[in-house]
Amino acid sequence: MKRILVGIKRVADSSTRVRVKPDGSGVALDGVKMSINPFDEIALEEALRIKERGAADEVVVASVGAADWQQQLRTALAMGADRALLVQSDAPLESLDVARILLQLVKREQPFAVILGKQAIDDDNSQTGPMLAALWERPQATFASKIELREGTAVVTREVDAGLEVLEVELPAVFTTDLRLNEPRYVKLPNILQAKKKPLEVLTLASLGIGPRARVKLVRVEPPPVRSKGIAVKTAAELVEALQKRGVI
Amino acid sequence: MSSKVLIVAEHADGRLNPAIAKCMRCARTLPDAQVSVAVLAADGGAVAAQAAALEGVAEVLRVDHPANAHPIASILAPQVAQLAPPFTHVLGPTTTFGKDLMPRVAALLDVPQISDIMAVVNARCFRRPIYAANAIATVEVAADTKIVATVRTASFEAVAAAATPAAVRAVSTTAQLPTYTRFVSVSAPHADRPDLQSARRIISGGRGLGSADNFALLYRVADKLGAAVGASRAAVDAGYVRNELQVGQTGKIVAPELYIAVGISGAIQHLTGIKDARTIVAINKDGEAPIFEVADIGLVGDLFEILPELERLLAARQARAQ
Repeated sequence: MKRILVGIKRVADSSTRVRVKPDGSGVALDGVKMSINPFDEIALEEALRIKERGAADEVVVASVGAADWQQQLRTALAMGADRALLVQSDAPLESLDVARILLQLVKREQPFAVILGKQAIDDDNSQTGPMLAALWERPQATFASKIELREGTAVVTREVDAGLEVLEVELPAVFTTDLRLNEPRYVKLPNILQAKKKPLEVLTLASLGIGPRARVKLVRVEPPPVRSKGIAVKTAAELVEALQKRGVI
Repeated sequence: MSSKVLIVAEHADGRLNPAIAKCMRCARTLPDAQVSVAVLAADGGAVAAQAAALEGVAEVLRVDHPANAHPIASILAPQVAQLAPPFTHVLGPTTTFGKDLMPRVAALLDVPQISDIMAVVNARCFRRPIYAANAIATVEVAADTKIVATVRTASFEAVAAAATPAAVRAVSTTAQLPTYTRFVSVSAPHADRPDLQSARRIISGGRGLGSADNFALLYRVADKLGAAVGASRAAVDAGYVRNELQVGQTGKIVAPELYIAVGISGAIQHLTGIKDARTIVAINKDGEAPIFEVADIGLVGDLFEILPELERLLAARQARAQ
């Protein structure tokens, strides 16, 4: 069975404007619309396209989070994933613990590719992919904008600061997605109904032998400093004058 | 407690990335910091010399190996992990290089990573942006845990040149280097323009430019300003410019003295990338665009009239100065 494992994180929808809680303990998420992390949606879309091309037999989606994350896994199943795994943890986990958990799932599922988002848009950490690759002792191709599967390898175009880099990695490997890899499909209503019948397995941390370590403490969360109000100019000439006054040209 | 810091040098074509001088500033804000820079290259002589010339560097560790010819994380990480034991902190820049490499190093060392340090509170406590910098988190790493982190280069000024260069020491590691990743190619850097992440001035275009050809208007103003050219995600997605010009949460985070946003509405993810700019100018025909909320100077109007006029005024100013 040629299998792809895709990681899914539940995050505040990218269209919402988050607010910091007055007590500084975090970000207020009550009543906020939650979605699949956009980069993970791209990861799933890529896996589905690989399967549709006949290069994979099964797409498994996995989350490490609270019980209500099942909602996003159901959406992933409605998009076309075959099975879902939820490793249930009510407390938020550090990326390295998530990577350790994913490694256990990798050992269980034996995928030839693990595709993850390059970052989650809540904590913006951008860590889990390379961490999993390190623990698994397999190659990584991060920030992928093109994944081309060959016999036993993948040729990956990566969006790096200098431009585009191309790597060839032996499989199995970990891939993380950049924005321009693909455009995820919309979920169709009949698929949502079908997804209810697809298997979603809930696992405990203990069953995987993982004890989270919590070595980074969140001390407080604050709103960012506010920029002072700017001025309005009416013409290009006034703009040049204002820039000169500020000494920036 | 003194801090023993190792910075992993990013470099290409024999040149040290300017981000490293900024990481150096961050490292020096750690208490009683003693800072080493590791240069992993096929032939790191030139890069090591540039690193040794940064103010505050105590020592440069030069790790030459043919496998280090290209910055491949799976090859560099085990070497960095082997250099790490004497250090309390291992830092890299929050660039695609650092974001690719440092989490792999952290996992090999079995420690968590702090991403995108924007301020040092103390040796174990840092401030970092979350939610596209719509919130700032203060995080603290447990005692007895080595700190692996990436540094938000936009938040730190580059250090100056050292009066006397630091010593360069050649070291080798016994790390097993995997062969399962092969470098194929990288697009050549565009040397004709200032680099976005180190530019003092940037002018960026958005969907408002309307076409790839219209970006020529922007380039002409950029030439007069000696500015780098950037773009919003919308402009990149529309195919107006190359992807490496994208500024924002998922593109490049920039911190120039002057940032001019032209025809950019100001989506949150774009604003995230420019928050550290000293002066932000917005030019847009829609006076209600969110970009005006962060702009220091706003100009509502037609960019197709304003840009040529701006170019003419800047040219006239240059002529007067000569």
